[in-house]
Amino acid sequence: MSINPHPTLPEFDYIKPKNIEEAAKFLVEHPGQSRPLSGGTDIFVRLRDGVWKDKFLVEIKHLDGMNEISFDPSNGLTIGAAVNMNRVDSHPVINEKYSILAEAARSCASYQLRNRATLVGNICNASPAGDTIGACLLLDGVLHITGVEGSRKEPLDSFFLGPGKTKLKIGDIVTSIQFPLPAKGMQGKYLKHGRNNLGDLSIVGVSVVGSPDKRVASGFRMRLALASVAPTPLVVNEVEEILARKNISLETIIEAAQLASIACNPITDVRGSARYRKQMAKNLSIRALTNVWKKLNGLCIIIENKNSTDAGVEVR
Amino acid sequence: MTFHNISVTVNGGIEEVLVPGNMTLMKMLREKLSLTGTKNGCSAGECGACTVLLNGEPVNSCMVLAVECDGSSILTVEGLSGDKGLNIIQESIIDEGGVQCGFCTPGILLSARALLDRNSHPTEEEIKEAIVGNLCRCTGYVRIIEGVKKAAKELSVPA
Repeated sequence: MSINPHPTLPEFDYIKPKNIEEAAKFLVEHPGQSRPLSGGTDIFVRLRDGVWKDKFLVEIKHLDGMNEISFDPSNGLTIGAAVNMNRVDSHPVINEKYSILAEAARSCASYQLRNRATLVGNICNASPAGDTIGACLLLDGVLHITGVEGSRKEPLDSFFLGPGKTKLKIGDIVTSIQFPLPAKGMQGKYLKHGRNNLGDLSIVGVSVVGSPDKRVASGFRMRLALASVAPTPLVVNEVEEILARKNISLETIIEAAQLASIACNPITDVRGSARYRKQMAKNLSIRALTNVWKKLNGLCIIIENKNSTDAGVEVR
Repeated sequence: MTFHNISVTVNGGIEEVLVPGNMTLMKMLREKLSLTGTKNGCSAGECGACTVLLNGEPVNSCMVLAVECDGSSILTVEGLSGDKGLNIIQESIIDEGGVQCGFCTPGILLSARALLDRNSHPTEEEIKEAIVGNLCRCTGYVRIIEGVKKAAKELSVPA
C-alpha cells in the first residue's frame, strides 16, 4: 500500500438543511451518495481513505433538540444526537445516575476528539469496538429516529446487524437516545483494555451494570456487555442468568466470566489475536464484575481516578 | 462544488473567507489565512499537531470542516503570544526542555492552554490525560509535562 504524504478530503458538498424533514428528504433523494454529518470523526477518515465516496454531507448538528441533554425524574435521560463525548463525561446527572456512560465516554480517543465525537455517532458507526455501546445497551437505550415516513423508536438491543451495519434505512436520522430511569442502587463499570493506557481503540472492552433485585435468587441483577470480541457489541445473557440463579461469590463470578469468554467470537487483527482477546475477555470480566459486586456491597476498595480510563481497580 | 462564504474570528480578528465544502479548518488556516503554525500531521485526528481552540475548546482542525466554523471563534498558536512576547505556557515549556523538533509544539501548547483554562491546578495524571491526543516523537513527554506543571504554578501566582 502506498502512502499519500498529503492526504486530503475528496470533493463533496456541505448541505445545511432548514429542518429535519428537509434533511431526511435530501438523504432519500441522494441514496448512496449522501450521509448525515455529526462529529465527522469517523466520516472524514473513511472519505479521505476512499472507503466511502459520498458526494454530500448533510449537517444535522444545528437541528432542533440535537444539542440537548435532559433528565426527567419520571422518564429518564435523553441525549441529543449532536451531544459530544466530553459533554456526556462532564454532565452532573449522568455522573450521578448513569456513571458508566460517563466513564465509557471518557475512555474514547483523546480530549480533542471527544469535543467532536458524539455518543449517538459512536452508536450509528456500529463498530464492534465502540466504547460507549456496551453501556448504552446495558442501560436499555432507545434511539429516536426521524425518516421521511415520520418518527419511530428503535431499541438498541436489536439495532446492530454487523460491523458498521445497523437497522437504519436511507433517510433515517437519529435525533436522540433515551434511557429509562436506572434501577435503584445501580452500579456500573467500564474496563477498557487497549495497547496504551489512554487514547487507543479497545482490544477488549467490558461493561458491567448491577443492581439489587429481590425477584431473583441471588438478590442481584448483574449484566455484562463486551466490545471488540464479536461482529457486533455483545450482551452476554448467560452472565445475567447464572449470577441471578447462584449466590454471588468469587467462584460464581469466575464461572460467569468463563461464560462471557465462551460467548465471544473475536477476530485476530493488528490490536490482538483472537486467542488473546478470549482470555482477556474472561480476565476483564472477572475484574469488572468484582468491581461492581463490591460497590453493590459497599465494600469497594477502589481509588477511582476520574482521569484514568482503567481506574486502578484492586480486586481482593 | 459549492463554495460557502463564512465569517470567523481568528485570534481576535474577524475574517471573511470563501471556502469549498470539503475544506478542513486546518487547510483554511494554513492555505487561506497563511497561519502555518497549525501543523498537518496525520489528517486523521490521531496526532494532535493541528490542534486549535474552537470556541475555547481544543479540536483537531483536520477533523472539522471550515464551513462548520461559520460564526465561531478560533485560537491558533499565532494568537497565544501577545505584544510582550511569548506567554507563560510557551516560556515554561521552553524552559523545561519540552521543545525539540517543534512540530508537535503548537498543538501541545493549545491543549495545555485549554487544560489550564478549565483546571488551573492539574495533577500529573490530568496533564497526561489532556495531552494524550498530542503525539511527540522527540521529548518522551516528561519535559512537556514538567513544562505544563511549571506553567500552572506560574499562572497561579497573583500578578
